[in-house]
Amino acid sequence: MYYRPENINDAITTLSKGELTIAAGCTDLFPTTQEDSLGSNILDISAIKSLKSITIEKEFRRIGSGVTWTDLENEKLPNCYDMLKECSLQVGSRQIQNLGTIGGNLCNASPAADGVPCLLSLDASVELISTNGKRILKLDDFIKGSRNTELKKNEILSAILIPEKAERGHSSFVKLGARKYLVISIAMVACKINLDGDIISDIAISIGSCSAVARRLGELENTLIGKNVNSDLTQDIYNFDYKNHISPINDIRGTDAYRLEVAKVLVKNSIIDTINKFKKKGQYE
Amino acid sequence: MNNAKIEINFYLNNKKQNLLVNPSDRVSKVLREDLGLMGTKIGCNAGDCGSCTILVNDEPVCACLMTVAKAEKKNIQTIEGLSLNGVSSLQKSFLKYGAAQCGICTPGLLVTATALLKKNSTPSKKEVEEALSGVLCRCTGYQKIITAIMNVNSEEEIEPVFHNAVGKRIPRIDGLKKVLGTEIYGADYWPEDSLYIKIVRSPYHRANFEFGNLKQWQLETEGLDIILTAKDIPGENKFGVIPNFADQPALAVSEARFKGEAVAIIAGTYNSISNLNMDKFPINWEPSTESLSIKSSKDKNIDNIHSDRENNLLTVGKVISGDPETIINRSTFQVSGNLETSYVEHAYIEPEAGSAWMDHDTLVIQACTQAPIMDRDDTAHILGLKKENVRIIPATAGGGFGSKLDVSIQPLLGLVTLKTKKPCRIVYTRNESMISTTKRHPSEMQASVSADKNGKVLSMIFDGDFNTGAYASWGPTVATRVPIHASGPYYTPNYKAVGNALHTNGPVSGAFRGFGVPQAAALQETLYDQLADICKIDQLEFRKINALKDGQKTVCGQELYGVGIYECLDALSETWKEGLERIKKFNEHSKFIKKGIGLGSCWYGCGNTALPNPATIKIGIDKFGQLFLHQGATDIGQGSNTVITQICADALGVSMETFNLIGPDTHLTPDCGKTSASRQTYITGKAAELSGKTMRSKILRLSNMGPDAVIEIKNQSIFVKHKEKEQRLELKDMIPDKDNYVLSSIETYDPPTIPLDENGQGKPYAVYGYGVQMAEIEVNKELGTIKVEKITAAHDLGRVINPLLAEGQIEGGIAQGLGLALMEEYIPDRTENLHDYLVPTIGDMPEIKSIFIEKPDPEGPMGAKGLGEHVLIPTTPAILNALRNCTGAIIKKLPALPHRVLEAISEANVDTRKN
Repeated sequence: MYYRPENINDAITTLSKGELTIAAGCTDLFPTTQEDSLGSNILDISAIKSLKSITIEKEFRRIGSGVTWTDLENEKLPNCYDMLKECSLQVGSRQIQNLGTIGGNLCNASPAADGVPCLLSLDASVELISTNGKRILKLDDFIKGSRNTELKKNEILSAILIPEKAERGHSSFVKLGARKYLVISIAMVACKINLDGDIISDIAISIGSCSAVARRLGELENTLIGKNVNSDLTQDIYNFDYKNHISPINDIRGTDAYRLEVAKVLVKNSIIDTINKFKKKGQYE
Repeated sequence: MNNAKIEINFYLNNKKQNLLVNPSDRVSKVLREDLGLMGTKIGCNAGDCGSCTILVNDEPVCACLMTVAKAEKKNIQTIEGLSLNGVSSLQKSFLKYGAAQCGICTPGLLVTATALLKKNSTPSKKEVEEALSGVLCRCTGYQKIITAIMNVNSEEEIEPVFHNAVGKRIPRIDGLKKVLGTEIYGADYWPEDSLYIKIVRSPYHRANFEFGNLKQWQLETEGLDIILTAKDIPGENKFGVIPNFADQPALAVSEARFKGEAVAIIAGTYNSISNLNMDKFPINWEPSTESLSIKSSKDKNIDNIHSDRENNLLTVGKVISGDPETIINRSTFQVSGNLETSYVEHAYIEPEAGSAWMDHDTLVIQACTQAPIMDRDDTAHILGLKKENVRIIPATAGGGFGSKLDVSIQPLLGLVTLKTKKPCRIVYTRNESMISTTKRHPSEMQASVSADKNGKVLSMIFDGDFNTGAYASWGPTVATRVPIHASGPYYTPNYKAVGNALHTNGPVSGAFRGFGVPQAAALQETLYDQLADICKIDQLEFRKINALKDGQKTVCGQELYGVGIYECLDALSETWKEGLERIKKFNEHSKFIKKGIGLGSCWYGCGNTALPNPATIKIGIDKFGQLFLHQGATDIGQGSNTVITQICADALGVSMETFNLIGPDTHLTPDCGKTSASRQTYITGKAAELSGKTMRSKILRLSNMGPDAVIEIKNQSIFVKHKEKEQRLELKDMIPDKDNYVLSSIETYDPPTIPLDENGQGKPYAVYGYGVQMAEIEVNKELGTIKVEKITAAHDLGRVINPLLAEGQIEGGIAQGLGLALMEEYIPDRTENLHDYLVPTIGDMPEIKSIFIEKPDPEGPMGAKGLGEHVLIPTTPAILNALRNCTGAIIKKLPALPHRVLEAISEANVDTRKN
């Protein structure tokens, strides 16, 4: 059967009755087959309107899991979401951005998922819903490994929640690939900074495609907090022990040694990009 | 597995649709199979190529990634919807600016660009690039696509050309169907009730296999007509492009020698085949030790891949002149180096497809191809049929670049129709296309070059191993061509070059634009830069000193005339000097970002290497005054339909519009040979010139007019005028021949070559083309990334038949050269799709400036030389030289992916410190 419910309650009820493949944008599902069809036992959640909106609720912003990359690009959001917008523009191509959803990107849990570093840097949580109710998990608890999440068979990832207190400052996303468009990252970094005058009061740095799951670099963040943005931060960034925090693999896109080497460069570039945004736009634009 | 069908309602090209569908089917499948709209092309079924792009509520999406259930209540627009009110201005612009070559990606591009233009009628170049980021084009290099979109509102009209067509920017004469989406490619036509075919392929690189009870499985499976294996092949189960080396079975007998090799065919209804569950297909595999690399092909512990080919050596090619070993050690300056290159996939956007049917006792096969006569001969041989009982009608090829020279689907289609007496069809999946068809040869090359104190090259020694994969294909051609060309277009008095073609269990390496020469040139041209530096001579000047000049001998001892390499170099002199200055200034102030410029040259012999490869062109005029051109050269996007007509029109002295094009079709057109080796403009063009001239002299003789008379064919008559005098030949009274022609001419041209002796001495080609490209790049020294910013390309074409199409060849060749240099690496098991195998997107292309040099060739038609393959040869070395010039990095393995570049940069830094 192919189910296409229009509200979330119908969706979770249907899901509670049998094992179904959840389909949203299908940009990851269809490439796994060369067949004409996705096959049967599909729960298509793309007609559920409540999954497609971005709303502000008490203490957090709620991004519906069915929001597409294009929706994110078009949404008016605070500066700290720039990285997510920059990331959205670099997911595949315009055609992919029009279909692919942010929720799908998380559930697919590819080590190279473009959305994950940005959402980690935004301290995101995910909301999972089933006939048993809702549960909320921190994003880094949700994604357990490559292609491995906490999502239960009867659950749908309904929203991504960004705490209001994380919505400060500017942000940047840098992606490294072997071609301009339609490219899977060799490595990528999402950086968000808040300043107190010229002093870094808060910083979040996440790196993707360099471990089974994208990672926050908490220790590096701690080193950089309190530093003046006009001082040379390169030493701190380059001296950080990346080896202990990421575990890149050797694959067709790059060697492990290469990824270790460029991680620091991408971190540096993303920090410089972010600081330049403060200089260009000011903090409270 | 099927779902229950549901009814859906949507608008398709402004018309309400109400359909009963399988809700989880791809929209692309529904459009093509259920609604018969063939304009939406399927290139990958994975969202990687964008050729199936449609608009859903005005937004572009890949139709292959959308279930049809999602179309409910949506407005969908396809390529067919763009011309509801006549040919759109965007479609006209694509035609005018030459934005379509093979045309397979054109519908996707047009649809995507329509969405952009709706929102933004005057987009910038950057906006066009971002909007079109999701559509891959393998032919054009994207430049003319961008131009066509940015100039969509240009008022400039195409001027009609009545006489003297050669040299004019004439849009391709077969272009309208490409921009309308009505062109028929291999997947777009099949007779009603055609069986659908699935091929069973080896999942192992090397394995023995045995079938179980196929009959039983067939009985237990619904909707199957037939299962065929090697035992069912009526003729000799062996094909190959070079008869003496033919070794490839259409269906493997008991051992599969590469992953993806066909072992059985299953045919049945479309629904049964597309939903076939293969889990219980009765076949037993016994994998054996495989060899996938050049190194392992020499490993004595692994059984030879073909028992009659010792040490897996297919063949050796060599060219020896003078005394290179002695001279190289005595020369003032020497340089040595090595380079390894990877498998490169053609990645045309059209996977192989076609159909077959019986027409009385003739087997007709309509499929994508570059070589209809070779297809006919190979297919007839395999199926035990007479050649005249096989008819090949080439479907429009959605790109070829060499891989569609070898038969792929033809014998398999033929076998099914022959055995079942039913029509049949097949469409490869992207994965099948990638794993089962040919590739560019991976290579491991070493070379040394020496020069005297004045920078004159004295000697060169080259040794290259080429991984030819499991079967011979074009391996012998690569082994022969490389030694002839490895000197580059330079006078090299002492020379020894050896090319070995070695078997592995990798994919079959065949022809890919340049037959091994691009690989060799990447090494030779980078060594030339190093040698120039050692000699302390400017890199362009060094090339000028050594450039072959008229009357000088090549390494094969062939005296050459009409050699334009010096002129190409000269044309870049100013740009080169100016570039060196500009870049020096930039680099002084930039630590991590460096700009570099570099040169690469090429030469390339047109046509088969010292083997006959004639083309025959027939022209006929019927009694109604219709002029027919029987043109057997397959136009795979490069433009031979247009170029050959231009040449023929001028030779005959009539307007191009007078011609009706027939063919290619092995029953209707004489043999024009294959579309390869940059031979069609030269060889078929020459036959067209001769045939046009013959027709002209017949008309002049009949009308008793002098050579300067003007011919016009109209009103069932031929009017021949000269000054005041006019003659009219009434055609309706003349007696038609068996083809209904009252006047006809047929001429054949075969290049005059001389076979090579045991030292490779002779006259391998009658015509060569030359070129030089200058690449300007930006390198990020911390990341190892390279952005190619500009390429200035000077090519000697002898005579430019059509500047618009020639630019298209240059721009497309540069895109493939850039891919070879920076990103393309086919790795079996790892990159068998278009998201792991990377080809350049619109955002990777540099600005390209083409400079045409016209140094007439004494042999070519109207002085013309070939161009198709030449254009990608210089790109790779030009980029590598630019990289070395700004970072010192010497690349030892292609492609120069960021990690390899960064490693080479750090090695160069270590070397500098050592010095």
